[in-house]
Amino acid sequence: MHAFRFDAIDLPPEALAARRRIREFLTSEQKRRDFVSYRNSWNSFDPEFSRRAGAAGFIGVTWPREYGGAAQSSLVRFVITAEMLAAGAPCGAHWIADRQSGPQILRNGSARARRDILPRIAAGECYFAIGMSEPGSGSDLAAVRTSAVRDGEEWRINGQKIWTSNAHRAHYLIALTRTGEAGPDRHGGLTQFIVDLSRPGVTVRPIRNLAGGHEFNEVFFDDYRVADDMRVGGVGEGWRMVTSELAFERSGPDRFLSDYRLLVEMIEHLRENPDPRQEIAVGRLVAHLAALLRMSTAVAGLLERGENPALEAALVKDVGTAFEREIPEIARLLVPVLPSFEAGEPFAEALAQVMLHAPSFTLRGGTREILRGMIARGLGLR
Amino acid sequence: MESNEVFAILRDQTDRLLAEHVTREALAAADRGAWPAALWNVVAEAGLPHALVPESAGGAGLAPAEALLLLRRVGYHALPLPLGETMLANALWVAAGGAPIAGPATLAPTLPGVMVGMAREADRVTLHGTIAAVPWGDSASLVVLAQGGDNALHLALLPPPATAPVLTRNLAGEPRPTLILDGAPVTEIRPAPALAKSGMLALGAALRAQQMIGAMEHALDFALAYANERQQFGRPIGKFQAVQHMLAEAAGQFAAATAAADGILTAFGDEEAVFAVALAKARVGEAAGKVAEVAHQVHGAMGFTQEHTLHFLTRRLWSWRDEFGNEAEWQRLIGRRVLAAGGAALWPMLAGA
Repeated sequence: MHAFRFDAIDLPPEALAARRRIREFLTSEQKRRDFVSYRNSWNSFDPEFSRRAGAAGFIGVTWPREYGGAAQSSLVRFVITAEMLAAGAPCGAHWIADRQSGPQILRNGSARARRDILPRIAAGECYFAIGMSEPGSGSDLAAVRTSAVRDGEEWRINGQKIWTSNAHRAHYLIALTRTGEAGPDRHGGLTQFIVDLSRPGVTVRPIRNLAGGHEFNEVFFDDYRVADDMRVGGVGEGWRMVTSELAFERSGPDRFLSDYRLLVEMIEHLRENPDPRQEIAVGRLVAHLAALLRMSTAVAGLLERGENPALEAALVKDVGTAFEREIPEIARLLVPVLPSFEAGEPFAEALAQVMLHAPSFTLRGGTREILRGMIARGLGLR
Repeated sequence: MESNEVFAILRDQTDRLLAEHVTREALAAADRGAWPAALWNVVAEAGLPHALVPESAGGAGLAPAEALLLLRRVGYHALPLPLGETMLANALWVAAGGAPIAGPATLAPTLPGVMVGMAREADRVTLHGTIAAVPWGDSASLVVLAQGGDNALHLALLPPPATAPVLTRNLAGEPRPTLILDGAPVTEIRPAPALAKSGMLALGAALRAQQMIGAMEHALDFALAYANERQQFGRPIGKFQAVQHMLAEAAGQFAAATAAADGILTAFGDEEAVFAVALAKARVGEAAGKVAEVAHQVHGAMGFTQEHTLHFLTRRLWSWRDEFGNEAEWQRLIGRRVLAAGGAALWPMLAGA
């Protein structure tokens, strides 16, 4: 079994220093009346929080200083993001831009895109959505049909994206478009563009989720005109860039801490007089969490060394999201409280919130089934 | 050479040695109850029983983390000997100031708070108590954590039993007799060293967690090879999504278990070792059951035969997850500690203060 490795690492001193700083910051944030940890996750969109986090230097920390970053290691970013989730910070506004859009622009964007956009992301003022999925292109991402056609110094984009979280309140999305033939491996002819959601030619329509919430949307492009220097990477290189981004997207603490605050509320509920069954169930979840934290830290270490741990990232996401989905199922049996948004009680509300969002944990960012197919390929099952 | 290069060479040498000598025949003979004397001589000549004994005391002087990693390879090959037990017994005994123990040795898996009593009669020290499921307790010297009249903890060394105890075996056929110490005279007695503070159960659980990592890895290697080779419906069964997903899930269990077992490597021997061991034994034990299940499902009826070698691994996984505290016992220790500390304390407990 040499297909994957999760080398244990010790956090470097700068990561430990960052941990002290982010904890101080979060402690002061938690004193604010509008910071309700058990209601939050990395989907909680709060531009005010993001601006304060940006001003304090907690967004884009791995980027060069000229783009508003702090030139820190991936391990520093790992620590900061994990602490935000563990504290129940409303970090959703800047999450996608910090996690994947910004790094993508830094690596593959034009000089103008880097200069104009990255400092605003790092300041916590500029938010992104992901423009990958389409009605006919979910797990089968290579089936993208939204087209971009060259027109002088510009491109015209036509088509539709779907399941676009935060498109109604983000400033940009990065659209994966078809610019040429797919070729025999189906991975050719795809190109990425930065789309300014405030400009003409883009229409955003809400899709309510089963909890009644408005997070995702449909996005329509009707002769949307985009300058060539808003292209991200070479023409036809979209597939390679999207897939290389996945190790960053899939291995982070957001893949096992989505409902961490429910675990915390459950512990608070049970701590007074726990019975053995409750002690055992809590201990089991904590053992799972400890292992995931080690795995995810190890992947951050591999990323820092410049490796591409795509298989390890898929494993973190598969194991991590399975853990996330177990928490509400166990919590509801251990604590005899009905999930409800109106109970005026943190545990009941957190359980209601998680119960209604849990199906998305094993869908977003690559379904469990797609991940297991990738893992199987990595294991040499041909 | 860097010390980790030296260790890598030692690990590879050990791997080759075990691959050569722990044959199907050797495993089957051990299954039938024979003490594998020839195998013991092979590992003894390689200096492995004294791996954790400092070089100054004539041992190999491995760091605990290195010895634990080596024990994963010992588990990989399902070595039917108390090698890990002997390593730990020696580490304890030498840390207490004793001389390295000759021959196989083992640990008494005493529960915290349930102590073996110690009595002095003239110049003789004897032990009193019942210890269940002593690994190779029928044939190995025994290191016991015992409590004297002054409540101080001592380590006692006992020779292998002169008369064979009633032999109980685990599911893998490994001897796990109950030893009834009713005035058994000790060879020597010494004050318990710091290494014993985490308790015998935690030391043994650390050992079993590492062995299970190795055995899981081997079972998965078998399953992956078989899935690529076994043809049904005109193609390898590894081409079917149902089989692929089962193996992918097992790989995730193995990866999480390995990460948990890594947590012991740095903590071994210090105050916080018990919590790290609890996290590891709980997580590894859970994974062991699932990996064994998938490995058998992939192998079909062939893996259910005595002829196939898979069972030498899976019967050990089923045994080892129960020994030195099963998942529920360690989960409960974790749960109690976490619940006592409260929700806000959990994150620093795991991520660091």
